[in-house]
Amino acid sequence: MHEPIHGITVNQIRADHVNSGVGASVKHDSAIKHVSGEALYTDDLSEPRDLLHIYIAQSTQAHAKILRLDLDAVKAYPGVMAVIQASDVPGKNDFGAVIEGDPIFADGLVEYVGQSLFAVAAEHIDIARKAAALAQIEYEPLPALITVRDALASDSFVLPSKTFRRGEPEAHLAQAKHRLQGEIKIGGQDHYYLESNIALALSGEDGDLKIFSSTQHPTEIQHCCARVLGVPDHAINVEVRRMGGGFGGKESQPALFASIAALVTHHTGRPSKLRLDRDDDMTITGKRHDYLIRYDVGFDGQGRIQAIAFEAASRCGMSADLSGSINDRTMFHLDNAYYLEHVSIVSHRCKTHTVSNTAFRGFGGPQGMVAIERVIDEIAYQVGKDPLDVRKINFYGPADDPAGRNVTPYFMTVTDNILPEIISELETTADYTARRAQIMQFNRENTYLKKGLSLTPVKFGISFTATHLNQAGALMHIYSDGSIHLNHGGTEMGQGLFTKVAQIVAEEFQVEIDRIKITATTTDKVPNTSPTAASSGCDLNGQAARNAALILKGRLTEFAAEHYSVDAATIRFTAEGVIVGDKLIAFNALIQKAYFARISLSTTGFYSTPKIHFNAESGKGHPFFYFAYGAAVSEVTVDTLTGEYKVDRVDIVHDCGASINPAIDTGQVEGGFIQGMGWLTTEELVYDECGVLRTHAPSTYKIPACGDRPRIMNIQLRCDPNREESVYRSKAVGEPPLMLGISVFNALNDAVASLADYGRHPQIDAPATPERVLMACAKLRERECKPDQALTHA
Amino acid sequence: MNTLRFLLGQELIELESVSPTLTVLNYLREEEKRIGTKEGCAEGDCGACTVVIAEVVDDRLHYRAVNACIVFLATLDGKQLLTVEDLKTARNELHPVQQSMVESHASQCGFCTPGFVMSGFAEYQNRLHTLDDLPEPQSDEAATTHLTQVFAGNLCRCTGYGPIIEAGKSWLNQADKTNQQAMTEAEAKVIAQLKAIQPQVSKTLIQAGQTYIQPNTIPALADALAKTPGATLLAGGTDIGLWVTKQHRALDTVIYLGGIQALKRIEVRDGQLEIGAAVTYSEALPVLIRHFPWLEEYLYRHSSTQIRNSGTVVGNIANGSPIGDMPPVLIALNAEITLTRQGGQRHLPLEDYFIAYGKQDRQPTEFIECVRIPLLNSDSVLMNVYKISKRFEQDISSVSAAFYIELDDQQQVQVARLCFGGMAATPKRATHCEQALLNKPWTEATVHAAAERLGVDFTPLSDFRASREYRLAVAANLLKKFFIQQQKPNQATQISYTGGLIHA
Repeated sequence: MHEPIHGITVNQIRADHVNSGVGASVKHDSAIKHVSGEALYTDDLSEPRDLLHIYIAQSTQAHAKILRLDLDAVKAYPGVMAVIQASDVPGKNDFGAVIEGDPIFADGLVEYVGQSLFAVAAEHIDIARKAAALAQIEYEPLPALITVRDALASDSFVLPSKTFRRGEPEAHLAQAKHRLQGEIKIGGQDHYYLESNIALALSGEDGDLKIFSSTQHPTEIQHCCARVLGVPDHAINVEVRRMGGGFGGKESQPALFASIAALVTHHTGRPSKLRLDRDDDMTITGKRHDYLIRYDVGFDGQGRIQAIAFEAASRCGMSADLSGSINDRTMFHLDNAYYLEHVSIVSHRCKTHTVSNTAFRGFGGPQGMVAIERVIDEIAYQVGKDPLDVRKINFYGPADDPAGRNVTPYFMTVTDNILPEIISELETTADYTARRAQIMQFNRENTYLKKGLSLTPVKFGISFTATHLNQAGALMHIYSDGSIHLNHGGTEMGQGLFTKVAQIVAEEFQVEIDRIKITATTTDKVPNTSPTAASSGCDLNGQAARNAALILKGRLTEFAAEHYSVDAATIRFTAEGVIVGDKLIAFNALIQKAYFARISLSTTGFYSTPKIHFNAESGKGHPFFYFAYGAAVSEVTVDTLTGEYKVDRVDIVHDCGASINPAIDTGQVEGGFIQGMGWLTTEELVYDECGVLRTHAPSTYKIPACGDRPRIMNIQLRCDPNREESVYRSKAVGEPPLMLGISVFNALNDAVASLADYGRHPQIDAPATPERVLMACAKLRERECKPDQALTHA
Repeated sequence: MNTLRFLLGQELIELESVSPTLTVLNYLREEEKRIGTKEGCAEGDCGACTVVIAEVVDDRLHYRAVNACIVFLATLDGKQLLTVEDLKTARNELHPVQQSMVESHASQCGFCTPGFVMSGFAEYQNRLHTLDDLPEPQSDEAATTHLTQVFAGNLCRCTGYGPIIEAGKSWLNQADKTNQQAMTEAEAKVIAQLKAIQPQVSKTLIQAGQTYIQPNTIPALADALAKTPGATLLAGGTDIGLWVTKQHRALDTVIYLGGIQALKRIEVRDGQLEIGAAVTYSEALPVLIRHFPWLEEYLYRHSSTQIRNSGTVVGNIANGSPIGDMPPVLIALNAEITLTRQGGQRHLPLEDYFIAYGKQDRQPTEFIECVRIPLLNSDSVLMNVYKISKRFEQDISSVSAAFYIELDDQQQVQVARLCFGGMAATPKRATHCEQALLNKPWTEATVHAAAERLGVDFTPLSDFRASREYRLAVAANLLKKFFIQQQKPNQATQISYTGGLIHA
């Protein structure tokens, strides 16, 4: 319709790059809605007429047969509109994501305190809750296994144990100059997303359901609800615009709540909502796995590891859920950044009568890394060196390492190791050496307060280890006014994924981001999606959206070349418009012309990660597309009379590849660090001997508060382009920074170790609560009183 | 007469019937469809539901951030309730607190964000209008400390707080720079509206068999309690709120103390600091710190801004909790309470109020009118208080301790009152330990010997907060720390909640 705009010639066009494209610190797309309270979460959606609210009645027993479940009084309670139990499930009574074993409703047997027994639907949640309490339930208690040790003693596993092995670890352990053995207990972690789990189900024609769910995995919700109702996948449509936090906790487990809402709506024909309050959420849903990891390491006088054997056992809870892949990732990260020549890694996936543990930022990797970082520190204290020096001589070598010190225990060659550069930068910016000396002096001069310092690295493998999940799709429309509708399979949980993907599209078309409408994730726009997890959200969906943009750009280019009779190769999309020959055409104008010329302005885009493969049988392969790296130095002060402590200063250098949005990536680094710090310090999950979780609300479960943030926190992104062809050479940043928090844990141990002049490692288990810290102080002081007593690490 | 009246934003709301246990949060979300205010925990710990209550104080509006999840709607009589929906200007511009948050990338998932915004908003408004001298340009360090106090009751799981603090520095600065002592025209209008709806008489509101009574004088309170002995006495509601949201208890009759001006007194009389039953921590804090400077660290760790804005000092006593943080301090200070009933009054040493777990020396028709704390006026008194918890801020103590020692000229211990929380079923003095100190020289040997006696005084429980062993070890170490701090004032002996080191 319009011919070249602006009346300027191509020569005059500024080579301006679009402002909100790749590399710009664009604000989170919902920032204004967040601060004004206008961002809608599932519980904020306008409630439909006739809405029912659902309460889940939960098992009070960790392991028991249900002898009698009499719900007459529940059904008779005034206001109760439906009561649903196992026998009311038309399809499969199971929401297991990968493997069956997670009943929607217990059927004759309960296996954890909090397990869903039946659901009550009423017009107000108070009615449903009161009615649920009227059930007559008779249990026959069975022996309950609560801890990892209980399960190991009973050979109770949800999945078979696995082993990685290379070389001759036993022989080299026996020959090593130094050898130490030990074990570390690493606690779990509740996700504590601020928005608890919720699902809203609406019924449509033909019994079809529309489900709003706070989930990282809408496809899983869709498929699960279809299975539970016994209907085809196409009968269910799942939508999520945003979550109030996910952190892995909304990958597999929201399926339970969506399924129950789907069942209530299926049976009543009325819309239904299931929103958990905080205590129910913490009781019913799984957490980060807690671990018991034993180690046996042989090393030389310099602290170089010659052989190591790990045995890692995790509490999976009552079912497998995602525990297979989670424990695999522990195995993949027990090396962290270190070359382990003769190595054996055994992984036990323990079945206990507790909630089924699940994905949590890092997905089993962090626990493995805590263990090897503990080992390194113990070696350092043993050989009398600064732990950083011991780290350095054990790091993986470069891609062309003549000694071959660059192959992981799963036989993947590390070709992109940039840790030496990162560590070197961090040592300088954090002034490591001088501060180490200052801390030694502080500790000499202070009797009651002690400082600790630790630098720990992160090397984290990026890709789903279940290879098939490394795929993504996008759907893109350009409307005839030139506005762009963007949809993809990724979900927004606060990490800024929607913003980053929109930036990628803006970059391709060289249009500003406000032209792009970011839309809710729904299963009827992009099917068969993978969870937004494994830090892969932007790598996968960004590339899928980019591919969609490239397809449309190709069509537009082809059309313009023909329409204006110019060589397609010379057509360029710029911030000023599209340059076609000697003309500058506004993006809108080109779109209108293309529309009138009957060019399709809608497409899907697809991406699957190249290069990855893994043979689970042999334990060999290339499970990761690339690694993300980082390192942190933490300084802490410990009160050795109370065990209380503060983190005084943290310096971080973190690898984001060529960052798509430095502000958002920095936010992930900072938030991830604090979350990792919380996991290893004040966040303590306490189950009693009956399997009841006693810390099920923020009054008893303490995530970091504002004042726990280190007063000095220097974060530096390292933005070297990814050596692999990831989207715009960026790197995944969701999970890796969490493990920077390990530096706090090791610094606390370091501070306590000063009590015994660093001759002994205090071996504090995680989380290092003030109690554990004080008890470790007492232990070291006691031993110090008896200097002739030999230290044993057994 | 029996109508609840308050302003929701600028709109006058009048309710003739209201459940005494309807929370502000449920009212906002379920009835007003103001969905910007979020439920994160329903127990006053996460701050996602933070709203602001404005009240007329000395002809000016005073803004308080509170947790909507545990504030009952009926207690808003005569007040203004502001939610995140009220902050944008008529021209749809963001409030400076909101704008700063956007600029600093201070939201990720956004669910906690409205709560942070409201905590910041209350602080901003009070600061904007402060009659006090404008603060010196704050150091970065001081601003961070201050903002940490402002936000101690707001949990964020995504950001790590850094960008929120950065935003805070920006709006703090903006509030200080644009400081305008006078209220705006809009605020003046609100003041007039609020004055018109100030409750002048006692009120009773009934819904579905539940009764809410808001007496406006002490005799009216005594009357009400005489008629309904054992009724629930509500002051700040920071505990009672949880009876409703967590234990799902139905309360038949609730008598609210907040409408009685006479219970809001905090003053020094006859060498004693008297704190009325309706005085909140926020109101008491500056006065307490003035008289007992060593309480500052303790009180900031004790609770968040939102909790201090609601919770009362006397409520912390009255509920009889073994882990309330104020009773050990008050017992060590030899405080006394006044119990009032229709036609009578008695005075009781606070120590004697706590009989056993869940049992206090209070008749069903009695209420605690006030607590009286003798002021310290002797240099020979040594005193300090300690709170130990997993997290510095907004955490329930595993152990709290308050030590009061009087020495004679020869440095012999004349009086020892050592009181602990978290060590027994009630806040309790360590009598054996005290005996081991009395008439002994104040030396390390004496203190260590006395600390040994704590094992005789206490058999603490092991629970999810701490083990018995830890509680005993910490209790003994705190006594040692107290001694060290008196003896070696130059030695760094404690970590402040603000991150610095404390030299006694």
